[in-house]
Amino acid sequence: MSPLRSETLPLRTDEDVLRVRQTVRVWMVEQTFNVVEQTMMVTATSELARNTVVYGGGGSARLELLADSGRQGIRVIFEDEGQGIPDIEQALKDGFTTGAGLGLGLGGSKRLVDEFEIESAAGKGTRVTITKWKKSHP
Amino acid sequence: MTTNTSNRAADIFTRYEQPILEDWLREQLAALTARQDLISEADLRRQSTELFALFISACRTGSFTDISTPGWKTVLEYLANVSRTRAQQGFTPSETATVVFSIKQPLFARLRQELGANAEALADELWSATVLLDKLGLYTTEVFLKSREDIIKRQQAEMLELSTPVVKLWDGVLAVPLVGTLDSARTQVVMEGILQSIVDTGSSMAIVDITGVPIVDTLVAQHLLNTVFAAKLMGAQCIISGIRPQIAQAMVHLGVEFGSVVTKATLADALAYAFQQIGVTVTNKAPIA
Amino acid sequence: MDQIPILKVGEFLLVSIQVDMHDRQALSLQDDLTTQVVKTRAKGVLIDISSLEIVDSFIGRMLGNMASITQVLGAHAVVVGMRPAVAITIVELGLSLTNVRTALNVDKGMALLRMQMNQEMNEGGHEPFEK
Repeated sequence: MSPLRSETLPLRTDEDVLRVRQTVRVWMVEQTFNVVEQTMMVTATSELARNTVVYGGGGSARLELLADSGRQGIRVIFEDEGQGIPDIEQALKDGFTTGAGLGLGLGGSKRLVDEFEIESAAGKGTRVTITKWKKSHP
Repeated sequence: MTTNTSNRAADIFTRYEQPILEDWLREQLAALTARQDLISEADLRRQSTELFALFISACRTGSFTDISTPGWKTVLEYLANVSRTRAQQGFTPSETATVVFSIKQPLFARLRQELGANAEALADELWSATVLLDKLGLYTTEVFLKSREDIIKRQQAEMLELSTPVVKLWDGVLAVPLVGTLDSARTQVVMEGILQSIVDTGSSMAIVDITGVPIVDTLVAQHLLNTVFAAKLMGAQCIISGIRPQIAQAMVHLGVEFGSVVTKATLADALAYAFQQIGVTVTNKAPIA
Repeated sequence: MDQIPILKVGEFLLVSIQVDMHDRQALSLQDDLTTQVVKTRAKGVLIDISSLEIVDSFIGRMLGNMASITQVLGAHAVVVGMRPAVAITIVELGLSLTNVRTALNVDKGMALLRMQMNQEMNEGGHEPFEK
C-alpha cells in the first residue's frame, strides 16, 4: 500500500517537535478526522517526537497519508540512530511517574492510536510507527 | 476492436436513432410499470434522448471496449447521476440498471438488420456491444450501491444524534438518559457529546442514567468510567445512575474498578445528590392544587 | 521567542496559554510564574488552557509543577478550560494530574480560588474575604 502523500521532517530540536505535531494536525484537519482522533494522534506524535529528540539523540519523522479499501489513515514513522531501548516490553509497561522506568510514555501513546509498531535494540537506534484510521462517524 | 468497428456500430446506431429510442423507451417503461409514480414518461423520454446522444458521441470518440477512457466520461457522469437519484428515490438496483440493459435488444435488432448477411461482422459487433453495455450496466449498479451505503451511513449518524439527548435538569445539572444497546462506537460518541455539553452549558454536574440499557459489557463500562474521569479533569462531576443489580454484580465480577466514581441506583437519587453538591435545597410547602 | 503573558486580576494572577508551546517555552513559563507569584504576593493563580489543543506528558508535568510550586509559595492554583478532546486523551494516555485542581471556566475557577482562600482564613481564625 503506497501512501497518497508523504513528507519527512527532521527531529533535532524543540521547535522540530512542535513543527511535526502541527503538521500532523494540519493533515488531519484537511482529511476531516474528528477532533478527538486529531487530539489523540497529535498527542501521541508529540510524545514520540520528543523521545526521538531527547532519548534518541535526534532523528526524523516521516508522515504518510494512506488510503486502504475505502478508509483513510495517517501514519507517522519516527526514526533515530540513538541508544535504542534494551527492554521494549518493560518500556511499554512504564507509566509517566518518576522512579524506575524510562518514562517514555510508549504504553500510553500505544493506547491513543490504532496501530503501533516498535523496532529497537540497545545501541541500534529506534523506529516507532503509529497509524490512525478515520472513523466513519463525524 | 479497432475504431473502425466502433464507428461502424456508431453509424448504425445514428442511422436508426429514432426507432432505437422508441424501442428502448418502451422496454424501460415495461420494466418500470410499477414506478410511474416516481418518474414520468416525459422525463424518461428526455433522459433517454440525452443519454443516447452522449452514448453515440462516446462510441465515436472513445474506445469501444474501455469505458475508463476520457471519451466515456460524460456518459459515466450522466449514468452516475441517474443512479444516485434513483437510489434516493427508492428504485431497486434492477430498476436502475435497466436503463442500460434495456437498450441491448433495440441495438442488437438494428445490428442484425444491417449486418445480417455478414455473420462474422455481426458476431464481432454483437460481442463488443454486449461487453460494453455490461460494463456500463455494472458501473451503474456500483454507483447505485455506493449511494445506498452513503444514505444509510447518514441516517445512522442522524439516529445516533437523536437517540442521545442531553437534558438540563437544573441550573448546572445535566442528565443524559441512555436507552438501547451501547456499542463501543456509540458510547464514544455519547461520551464526547456529554463532555461538550458540560462545557457549553457550564454545568458542573452531569448524570448519566443507564436504566434503559439492558447490557453493559466491560468495554462500555470502561468508556463510561473514562467519561467520569475526563469530566473530573475538566472540573465537573459525572455520576452514573440506573445501575441495575445484575449489572452491578456483573461489573464487580468482571473486576471493573469503580473507585471514586459516584453511582446511584435511580435518577431521583442522583438528582438529590446533585442538589446537595451544588448547594440547592428543596423544601416542602402546601401544594397549590 | 514569545513570552506567555501573566496578568494580575485583583488578587489573582491569570495565565492564558494561547499558543502551542514548545518545551522551552513551557519551562520559561514555569519560571515566570514563580517569579510573579513571589513578586505580586498573589494568593491565587488561574491557568487558562481553553486554547490548548493538546496536553501531552510534558505540558501535563508543567501544569502539575506550576500547581505544586504555587502551593509551596503559599498560594492556590486552578487550571480552567480544559477541552473535552484533551480530557479524553489525557485519560487514555494515563496521565495523572491528581494534584491539580480544575474548574470549567475562569468564573468558576475564581469562585473556587475564593472558596479555598476563605477556608484557609477560617482555619486560621480570621475574617473571610467578601466576594
